[in-house]
Amino acid sequence: MARIIVVTSGKGGVGKTTTSAAIAMGLAKKGHRTAVIDFDVGLRNLDLIMGCERRVVYDFVNVINEEASINQALIRDKRSENLFILPASQTRDKDSLTKEGVGRVLGALSETFDYVVCDSPAGIEKGATLAMYYADDAIIVTNPEVSSVRDSDRMLGILASKSRRAETAAEPIKEYLLLTRYSPERVRLGEMLSVNDVQEILSLHLLGVIPDSKAVLNASNAGTPVILDDKSDAGQAYADVVARYLGEEVPHRFIEFQKRTLFGRLFGG
Amino acid sequence: MNLLDYFRKSRHSSASIAKERLQILVAHERAARNKPDYLPKLQKELLEVIRKYVQVDLDAISVTMEQDDKREVLELNIVLPDDRERKPVQQF
Ligand SMILES: Nc1ncnc2c1ncn2[C@@H]1O[C@H](COP(=O)(O)OP(=O)(O)OP(=O)(O)O)[C@@H](O)[C@H]1O
Ligand SMILES: [Mg+2]
Repeated sequence: MARIIVVTSGKGGVGKTTTSAAIAMGLAKKGHRTAVIDFDVGLRNLDLIMGCERRVVYDFVNVINEEASINQALIRDKRSENLFILPASQTRDKDSLTKEGVGRVLGALSETFDYVVCDSPAGIEKGATLAMYYADDAIIVTNPEVSSVRDSDRMLGILASKSRRAETAAEPIKEYLLLTRYSPERVRLGEMLSVNDVQEILSLHLLGVIPDSKAVLNASNAGTPVILDDKSDAGQAYADVVARYLGEEVPHRFIEFQKRTLFGRLFGG
Repeated sequence: MNLLDYFRKSRHSSASIAKERLQILVAHERAARNKPDYLPKLQKELLEVIRKYVQVDLDAISVTMEQDDKREVLELNIVLPDDRERKPVQQF
């Protein structure tokens, strides 16, 4: 039985796809069989971030419509044999997703995988609500900014009322806060909400803080999940997040502003 | 945090304004989320009944629902007009 993880936010562009790619790769590197699904039907991007855009033949909607088998549509990652990507359709719209169809695909994946990561589209329409419907765990990606925090809270309401676990009165979805694009320096200057501020408002378990980092754009340029850039701050922060998700106790990093020393400035530390 | 940081992070920093606004908004939206959706209609119908007897303002009524682990409390608040403005009401 796989554990189904939804990466969601409400607000667009906060880092869901970056996070889905990083976490899926991190879980796979730790030896867990992992599938990552792009629910952003019509605007697929996970394939690009994972660097497998030229290997897409069939997609999620083809599998739902039984035009292709799951095994035909899953793309095996070239860097980790434990990782598979199920891309979104680029030509259909979100109405091609049905609750029954998504349930069928997730059910089949659950038989062979340890984790299924669902990369949600922005918004609260069908793609987003179906991405979270079957979830066991939810990672709420939030930027330290008013509209993102408000939207995250909105998503918490939907998780608590419109998910399968809510509807069947099962144990509620485990919700985790992932604060991304964090700038300790701007927090120090009083220009940006701090981790504590956001936690106080959302009262969620903090899975981690990902700094605003140049490494993210570099990684997406290359089609490499940023977690593989283990020299970078964002890569290390995502590695910590995966370890924490798996139950390891890892202290939070990249939250305090670090003055760059002369040594650091000279050697790029 | 040094003294300089303290002044930078004064209560008037834009981040603390953001936090304050969010706390109010989120509390408000959570309360609205937990309300059953029949409340507005219930409020309207109650008001109609009350106005048969007392000439209260349209906004003189508020209905709130509070929940804790054990019970739900439906609270009904009606502001009655002053004696002078009150029109005679039949006893019942
Ligand atoms: N920690 C970070 N530091 C710097 N840039 C980041 C970070 N995380 C994400 N970004 C950038 O933000 C942009 C949006 O990221 P991403 O596509 O992951 O967001 P999304 O939530 O999936 O967006 P959408 O809602 O459109 O699906 C990208 O340009 C990405 O490179
Ligand atoms: Mg995305």
